Amino acid sequence: MNESKKLSVSAIKEGTVIDHIPAASLFKVLTILDLESLKSQITFGTNLYSKNLGLKAIIKVSNKFFKDNEINKIALVAPEAKLNIITDYEVVEKKIVQIPENVVGIVKCVNPKCITNHDEIVTRFTVINKSDVALKCHYCEKITDQAQMKILK
Amino acid sequence: MKNRSLISINDYSKEEYIKILDLAAEFEKNPDQDILKGKVIATLFFEPSTRTRLSFESAINRLGGRIIGFTDATSSSVSKGESLNDTIRTVANYSDLIVMRHPLEGSARHASEVSSVPIINAGDGANQHPTQTLLDLYSIRKTQGTLDNLNLFLVGDLKYGRTVHSLLMAMSHFNTTFNFISPVELQMPNEYKIYLDNLGLKYYEHLDFTDIISRADIVYMTRVQKERFSDPIEYEKTKNTYVLKNTMLQNTKPNMKILHPLPRVNEISVDVDENEKAYYFTQALNGVYTRQAILASILGLQ
Repeated sequence: MNESKKLSVSAIKEGTVIDHIPAASLFKVLTILDLESLKSQITFGTNLYSKNLGLKAIIKVSNKFFKDNEINKIALVAPEAKLNIITDYEVVEKKIVQIPENVVGIVKCVNPKCITNHDEIVTRFTVINKSDVALKCHYCEKITDQAQMKILK
Repeated sequence: MKNRSLISINDYSKEEYIKILDLAAEFEKNPDQDILKGKVIATLFFEPSTRTRLSFESAINRLGGRIIGFTDATSSSVSKGESLNDTIRTVANYSDLIVMRHPLEGSARHASEVSSVPIINAGDGANQHPTQTLLDLYSIRKTQGTLDNLNLFLVGDLKYGRTVHSLLMAMSHFNTTFNFISPVELQMPNEYKIYLDNLGLKYYEHLDFTDIISRADIVYMTRVQKERFSDPIEYEKTKNTYVLKNTMLQNTKPNMKILHPLPRVNEISVDVDENEKAYYFTQALNGVYTRQAILASILGLQ
């Protein structure tokens, strides 16, 4: 018996599909990639069932191809995200995201007494743990972990 | 170290610590020199810290330098809402080096990135106070003859005390055995214990302040502050538990010395002051020599 599979989010002709995003991180990913300001068609679905993630989200962005350093930023909130590059409805390339060594200007420092939360300073962190993401603030030297992570906008 | 800011003890290598301590020993022999003649040093204290400021100003004065600055933020343009960036860029025009104390963490690092002259961090909130750590190292080496293989007891507030955290990081280069004595609420944070585990260094935790200190080479006392306790009853129970009294020193090692970053409240009984093992006031004097060494190194004048 053939199990027919219906797509929860319809296919795109050209562009990028970002899959395996934890459902809770969907809006963070949209913010990090600044998709709000993008004019092309974006469709997304969330709270979809996933064997690995429990509930996952998927984003399909038409006519947009990301640079590696741009897309790797989402690894902070979606370390298992997978990218499919689509040309003429076909997957022509698959990519995984990689957590960068340094994180600049994306994350807010968890320490309320950190200078970056008082003056206009671009935040900077060193990634000290990639599996269980932990960031060390370049300024106050405090650790911001995944649960505490707030994305700056 | 020339022209390099001193922001965090973690930025420096063991060799660099030793270099500063050696130079500090030279200043101890000959503290009055004119090597800062013609130099203007800014001391910017965005929050008051009389002890640290006087120590720096004594160091600068003894070297013939001149001082500009302020002793708390209310008397400066900061109270008008000026950003740290603007204050530092401006004062850098007027001085050869800036010593700064600021209540926000990371402020000194930020200042060093926008300043055209070197910055010495004289305390940024609960984060770093590297000149304190260097004077602690100087005091330990001077009293023990070495920094290697010592048994260091840290007593009191080990959770929030930036002094003990920096001292732990610095002493981890010297095969130190650590003993932590504190109430449960103020125990050494896990990140530091993991750090020691990774280096294979030994540490022991104790809740009771007993004759366990007979093993110590150095007993480093800190203040247990009331505001650190969520439960005031817990504070009342604790505050008299971690007090060092003269009678407790009977079985301690002859070379043992008691250090304290000061100010003291009641955690060391006054009757300890006359004991030859009390070293905290000399430790404060060592701060002047150590700061002279740091100033001279950064300005390239040694």
